[in-house]
Amino acid sequence: MNLLAFNLPLVALIPFLGAPIAAWAARFNRLASAWVAGIVTFLSLLILMPVVHIPFDNDTLIQSWSWLPALGLDFAFRLDGLSLLFSFLILLIGLLVILYARYYLSPQDSMGRFFAYMLMFMGSMLGIVLSENLIQLVIFWELTSLTSFLLISYWQYSQDARDGARMALTITGAGGLAMLAGVLMIGNIVGSFNLTDVLASGDLIRQNEHYLTVLVLILLGVFTKSAQFPFHFWLPHAMAAPTPVSAYLHSATMVKAGIFVLARLFPVLSGTEAWGWLVGGAGMITMVLGAYTALFKHDLKGLLAYSTISHLGLITLLFGFSTKLAAVAAIFHIINHATFKASLFMVAGIIDHECGTRDMRKVNGLLKYMPHTAVLAMIAASAMAGVPLLNGFLSKEMFFQQSLVATDHHPLSWAIPIIVTFGAVFSVAYSLRFIHDVFFNGEPQGLTKTPHEPPRFMRIPVDILVLLCLGVGMVPVLIVAPILTVAVAASLQGVPPDYSLAIWHGFNLPLLMSSIALVFGAIVYFYREKLFRWHDENLPRVDAKTLFNRVTHGLLVLSGKISRLFDRGSLQNAISWVLLSGVAATLYGFLQFDSPLFGDRTLLDANLLTMVQVGILIVASILTAVMHHKRLVALIIIGVIGLIVSLGFVKFSAPDLALTQLSVEVVTIVLLLLALFFLPQHSPQERSHKRLTRDLVLSVSAGVTVMLLAMAVMTRDYSSISGFFLENSKPGGGGTNVVNVILVDFRGFDTLGEIVVLALAGLGIFALLENLRLPAPLRDIDGREWSHDPHPPIMQTLTRLLFPLMLMVAVFIFMRGHNLPGGGFIAGLIAAVALISQYLANGIAWTNARIKVDMHKVIAIGLTAAFVTGFAAMFLSYPFLTTTFTYLKWPIVGKFEIASAMIFDLGVFLVVVGATVLILVELGKLSHASHSLAQQEKK
Amino acid sequence: MTVSQLPVLLILLPLLGGISTLFARPKGIGLQRVLSLTFTSALLLLSVYTVSIANSGDYSVYLLGNWTAPFGIVLVLDRLSSLMLLLTAILAIVALCYAISQDTDKKGQHFHVLYQIQLFGLNGAFLTGDLFNLFVFFEVLLLASYGLLLHGGGRLRTKGGLHYVVINLVGSSLFLFAVGTLYGILGTLNIADMSTHINQLDTADQGIVAAAGLLLLVVFGIKAAIFPLYLWLPGAYAHTSAAVAALFAIMTKVGLYAIIRVHGTLFSEQAGGLAGLYADVVLVLGLVTLAMAVLGVFASRALKEQTAFLILASVATILIGVGINTTASLAATLYYLIHSTLIGAGLFLLADIIARARGSYSDRLRAGAPIKHAIFIGSVFFITAIAIVGMPPLSGFIGKVMILEAALSSTFSAWIYAVILLGSLLMIMAMARSGSILFYQVDTSLDGDGEKLNLRAMAMALILVLASPVLVIAAGPVSEFTQSVASQLSNHQAYINAVMSQPAYQGGK
Repeated sequence: MNLLAFNLPLVALIPFLGAPIAAWAARFNRLASAWVAGIVTFLSLLILMPVVHIPFDNDTLIQSWSWLPALGLDFAFRLDGLSLLFSFLILLIGLLVILYARYYLSPQDSMGRFFAYMLMFMGSMLGIVLSENLIQLVIFWELTSLTSFLLISYWQYSQDARDGARMALTITGAGGLAMLAGVLMIGNIVGSFNLTDVLASGDLIRQNEHYLTVLVLILLGVFTKSAQFPFHFWLPHAMAAPTPVSAYLHSATMVKAGIFVLARLFPVLSGTEAWGWLVGGAGMITMVLGAYTALFKHDLKGLLAYSTISHLGLITLLFGFSTKLAAVAAIFHIINHATFKASLFMVAGIIDHECGTRDMRKVNGLLKYMPHTAVLAMIAASAMAGVPLLNGFLSKEMFFQQSLVATDHHPLSWAIPIIVTFGAVFSVAYSLRFIHDVFFNGEPQGLTKTPHEPPRFMRIPVDILVLLCLGVGMVPVLIVAPILTVAVAASLQGVPPDYSLAIWHGFNLPLLMSSIALVFGAIVYFYREKLFRWHDENLPRVDAKTLFNRVTHGLLVLSGKISRLFDRGSLQNAISWVLLSGVAATLYGFLQFDSPLFGDRTLLDANLLTMVQVGILIVASILTAVMHHKRLVALIIIGVIGLIVSLGFVKFSAPDLALTQLSVEVVTIVLLLLALFFLPQHSPQERSHKRLTRDLVLSVSAGVTVMLLAMAVMTRDYSSISGFFLENSKPGGGGTNVVNVILVDFRGFDTLGEIVVLALAGLGIFALLENLRLPAPLRDIDGREWSHDPHPPIMQTLTRLLFPLMLMVAVFIFMRGHNLPGGGFIAGLIAAVALISQYLANGIAWTNARIKVDMHKVIAIGLTAAFVTGFAAMFLSYPFLTTTFTYLKWPIVGKFEIASAMIFDLGVFLVVVGATVLILVELGKLSHASHSLAQQEKK
Repeated sequence: MTVSQLPVLLILLPLLGGISTLFARPKGIGLQRVLSLTFTSALLLLSVYTVSIANSGDYSVYLLGNWTAPFGIVLVLDRLSSLMLLLTAILAIVALCYAISQDTDKKGQHFHVLYQIQLFGLNGAFLTGDLFNLFVFFEVLLLASYGLLLHGGGRLRTKGGLHYVVINLVGSSLFLFAVGTLYGILGTLNIADMSTHINQLDTADQGIVAAAGLLLLVVFGIKAAIFPLYLWLPGAYAHTSAAVAALFAIMTKVGLYAIIRVHGTLFSEQAGGLAGLYADVVLVLGLVTLAMAVLGVFASRALKEQTAFLILASVATILIGVGINTTASLAATLYYLIHSTLIGAGLFLLADIIARARGSYSDRLRAGAPIKHAIFIGSVFFITAIAIVGMPPLSGFIGKVMILEAALSSTFSAWIYAVILLGSLLMIMAMARSGSILFYQVDTSLDGDGEKLNLRAMAMALILVLASPVLVIAAGPVSEFTQSVASQLSNHQAYINAVMSQPAYQGGK
């Protein structure tokens, strides 16, 4: 296996693999995890090394594997000059930060967690810069948001850390989602998400009608990540993170991810007017606003945070210029900013570490306490200010130059150099403040400890970075030119323009601008006290965090209101939505088509008897609704409805249904009576007039809709599969009662399901009522006590006499079921009624003592019977539930039929008996128990 | 030619499981557990085998009672049903192990019987090719799930369960109205046969069939929890036991499956004027549902409630994908469906573990006392949250991105992008807040009274959560499979032909 065939993914993934190891190592020795982090980073660097030469040979290395072809997502990595430059920044600064953090973290801090998060972040960052596939880039992009959430909230007990982390995640996460949309649109336009294809399709994208949408979406991602106005406010609050995190994420790497995408997609998106306005505009505002605000921050890290925002704005503005030379300057400044800002953050961390505070009103005169650190800080801060012979000066000169020439065709172009210089003035002023306030300006104020130089190794990373600032500033051609050239070539996807890295360009306008900035910067700093006062008095204080918290809280309240406005936790409300949807859906469906509601089939004549029946049905239905407060009366009326429906079945020649309806009616009424006992006897008049109207309208429209549906069907001519059943019932199913043959044979599977439902109802109610103890009312609604004689002797005698007779009826109904009205279901109900009447008449204890069968077992046997009937066929390799029948001839009895379906029907019978009796007996037991409960309480 | 008994075995196995655990009741919970585990594991193995059979691309049509379509009831096994069966079986075994490890099954009677019958109902619904038989299995499901929802008792649980059952009973009545109307016009109940009739429908009957079709959509919408029919979901899911809630991650998918299967077949592109009747409605309502779900996620006061709304959000995302109604969108949606079912279930288990670890603070989103193993539980929560809100690099992201890409062809694409992306953002914010409150914002001066971490229970949650990275790594093959599912679905004529031409078994030779 050739390592070089897949080393790019390894570079990005090794930190992820190292993260759990670093966390695990901390269990043995906290320093071990720092070592692991360092070694892992070094390993990544090492694996990158063998291919480093490729960009310098003007080649691009692509390592790609198919991952999700349906989406166009490849597992694809790319190494060109731009990715190489960023990889170096990430890995080298990463190494320095790890070394620094090892000394920075206090013994109370968990090193394992810190370094694990850090490595995951590093891997995500490497993933962004090495991605060839844009979706994969977005994946790593969002991973940096997630890992930075973990890093910012590292000190989780601090409210600031939690809030800052959530704000950062929200803003950068939102940008990432926008960018995802933009990337998907690019993929749709280009037909590929791979950078090689995308970068070659600049014209295609710019000329597409959706170009502006794409641009805005991508820029939302860029601006949020790189803290560009108006999304810059999260960055200062992310400073609640430990300082190594700020140095790494919030100056050198993560905030540069947005800039990286600008550089990456520069050949595709830049060069249009929209790009100029959006990118240049945001960059310019950010640059000036950041520089101005930085001066007024008393917190060292606050100052550095706003300074970072300002410098990111500067880089963005350069890209906004859209020229090749501006891109050179931008990329150059990325390098320079990373070096001096990372070192400054580290110094801020050292000062915080040594003084216990970062407030520049307290931290003064540190020069004599830590001279070495002071020198480093002064050099880095001077680079930040753009002092000659330092790296910041060079890129700033290029920037000034570009601000003069890049937009010379624009009517407002004269303003740009002025605004830019204005920003630079403040940049000098805050750099000066950093140097003067901290290292000079008298003695420290109210520090709890005496500051001194940090441990030697904590300073080494700063040493290295500051040396780089000097080196690049003095001999740029040697140190930075090669990598800069290849990075620019990759960003531009072409030959880099001619540019000069010379320190001296002669007396020209950029030099003048630099000088103005230095002089006026010093003046501004000199009059700072006045300026601070003016700033405090005249400018409104906007605290982004309070605002953000208020917005999120408002959103929380609002979403609660909306969702609870709809979801009131009321069943009636939910049901009315269901009914309304039913009516609306039906109407909507019907009205979409221009077809008649009714067919042209002639209807039957309405005779008097039918009219009377229908009349009773209507009156009874209305009465049920009206009388629902009087539950017992309502129940009786419901009984009337059931009876009329049964009569209707008889009229339309469906004796089976009529029989079923009647027996179901009996059982349900008994069941409801038992349940009624537990309901409150008085039901409140809860209905407001408004709700009554609403419910009335809803129920009438639901009723009318159902009627229309029924009418629509019944007025149409009708042809169905029922003819088949009539023809095949006898020859195929062996029975003349088609309804029964359908139930046990043609659609026996439905019946199997339905008896399972019935069994479930029995078992479910049993499970529900177990351990349930409900208090029973002591008196009825009219204040009468319950009867003391629940089992009158006449009723007892009568029911005991009737019992065998009722069972005989059940058997009779069962046996004839296959050919004549009847069957297992009806027979089961009749048998259940026989048993229930015993319970009612003789009491539960008496009856249970005589019927020792566990109803659970009856149900189980019933289900088994049905199951086995169906299963037997499978042994003969017929499908489940295939039936057979034959005729037997017995003496006396004569010739009769025996069908396998009858065993199935027996199963139905048993389940019906078992479930019904189980339910009723459990409810009865419950009321029995409640009575004794009530009696006890009475005593 | 012999009959392949596979389709019916998938339904009968859990039924037999239910009957035998019922018989085993007097012997105590131990034997019931053994039986329940045995039957569920067997079902898992059978389901894995089923996927391999179905993946050949052939339909296995099973004629119950040996009656040919459209007269008898048919079972149809295709790729989609095999996928649903496998998902069900995976959830079933994990949730069952969780229930046993936390002794949930001891909290009341008949847990295992109800559980097995629930699987009977699910598998029946996923396999039947008959609309009325689907109704029957809906009833089985309803009763079994009602029993499971209430298992263990409690006031809020009883209230949530009552709402669930009453709303669904109203839905059952609507189902009967719709089926009755369709049978009245089309004269058949077999879905394939109904489709044939609709394809040749007299224009005079179009309006009434459309009305019944959309009424049927309301019924499935209740099951799937579409706006404004989802009101039963938050209460029922948030207050039931964790194992049951986890298993119920598949319940909403039954409704979604029914829409894909029934509406997709009846109103396919061959249906003339009725083609795609449901799609735009589903899409628009999906967008509204997602918006409401996200608000619910944001406003939740407890983690289980939040999880319920997250489930709702995932349902809504699936609805959007179904509503876009292209082969690509269906393939993407099915990938997302696999993801959301497993991860949603995992989050329910995890929420329960967190609630137990926090003791009296339970799952309320309020700062509480420190919990034991906070880093471990917190890390698992972090991963699960990333997966469920659809952040990279986990499966929720992949699924969402595929749906978004498929959405570019839709006329509603701007709306879809806006709602899905803004919704994701709000969910990210909400989950960051929840995690922050549960794990970071603790009062270290307090002593927690939480339970010790039950490692076996945690293992079950982890199995589900780790499905997410697996789905990402195996995104290629998985999406290839869902694509083959979607393309089989789009070939409606093949489905009709397979069902209608299946001959009855003629005897041994």
